[in-house]
Amino acid sequence: MTALLLRDLRLSIRSGGGALIGVLFFMAVVAVIPFGVGPDLNLLSRIGPPILWIGALLASLLGLDRLFQADREDGSLDLMLMQETPLVFTVFVKCLAHWLSHSLPLVIASPLLALFMNMDALSVGATALTLLVGTPAITFIGAAGAAVAVSLPRGGLLVSILVLPLTIPVLIFGAGAAYAATQDPSPFLPPFLYLIALTLIFAVIGPLAAALALRASSD
Amino acid sequence: MRFEAQALSARRGEDLLFRDISFALEDGEALIVTGPNGSGKSTLLRVLAGLLPQEEGTVRFVDGGEERPAREACHYLGHRNAMKRELTVEENLTFWAEFMAKEGAAPGMDIDEAAEAVGLSGITHLPFGYLSAGQQRRMAMAKLLVAHRPVWILDEPTAALDVKADAMFAGLCQAHLAAGGMLVAATHQPLGIESVKSLVMKGFEYGEALA
Repeated sequence: MTALLLRDLRLSIRSGGGALIGVLFFMAVVAVIPFGVGPDLNLLSRIGPPILWIGALLASLLGLDRLFQADREDGSLDLMLMQETPLVFTVFVKCLAHWLSHSLPLVIASPLLALFMNMDALSVGATALTLLVGTPAITFIGAAGAAVAVSLPRGGLLVSILVLPLTIPVLIFGAGAAYAATQDPSPFLPPFLYLIALTLIFAVIGPLAAALALRASSD
Repeated sequence: MRFEAQALSARRGEDLLFRDISFALEDGEALIVTGPNGSGKSTLLRVLAGLLPQEEGTVRFVDGGEERPAREACHYLGHRNAMKRELTVEENLTFWAEFMAKEGAAPGMDIDEAAEAVGLSGITHLPFGYLSAGQQRRMAMAKLLVAHRPVWILDEPTAALDVKADAMFAGLCQAHLAAGGMLVAATHQPLGIESVKSLVMKGFEYGEALA
């Protein structure tokens, strides 16, 4: 399984891997907000965490459609389906590799982008932390969507639309927790714990659903 | 070891593409599946490999009295090579060797030996995408060698190969059979293997199995 993890990580940084596309998209989304909103620094720092969360959500949906499609196109998926290793586990490792290569860079880039939004240190830290905890959930949900659409050419946007409703709770609790960290009356911990719970739940459900969809889609 | 199919049938669209396909292979035996285009050769192989559901019938693999899921005992070489163009040949083969490795199973060849066996030693450091179609196919065959599986399922294995490579591949198959392996191959060209069972697919006309 380490072999699969390393291979997917390698592929993501080789030509056409697209690991950095997400970061660039994230940057583009966040960088234009201050120009659209105008120079109201208080407003910017208030909407900063939600904007970063929305940007990260959209950016992490970007590369998801290729999660299984690339392997299907060259026949690797057939061999993966035939192994003794439970398919759920294989899918889980692929999700992990995808998160490391596509979503972790977003988390790392978020403090830098927070500068555009005039966010203070506490708010930057809280946003990065909630992104770190919440983005795996998006990858796991996305895996199920990617598996359902695996046999569709140009399934890219479809995958995003399919999984978007399921990612809404993650967005609510993620942005909520990040926002709560800087607003005194609202507590940080409850939404943050919900966020962790969501990630853990989807870490189980996502690969299971994806494995079922992949088995059903082979032809 | 015994690899057998009993009364297999599979559906493509509304109709059964084939039905009542039965055969059994013991150690060292090969089955060559022939038939015109569209007669269901590839479908049969994918059913055997567990990649398509069968409509009826069973595929079984029995090893020393113990039945194991057939797909886990099989190597599948389809039309596509299952290798990544962006990775070097060595990275590709190492990945499959490690990913397909099983505890307690016979180990596969190492990468250099396998490349030598397909006649392409010395270019394993190149990205897979740089190789010609024939070389890519031969490297995909090397994949059969780096992880051991008792049953090889080969779908048009020698497409894009020259005469010399054909002979090389026949040699690999013979060595596999001599070591007690089994193989099922769909092909138009004779693989140069002696003493094989054969099965003629007719597609929708429900050809008789000659095995």
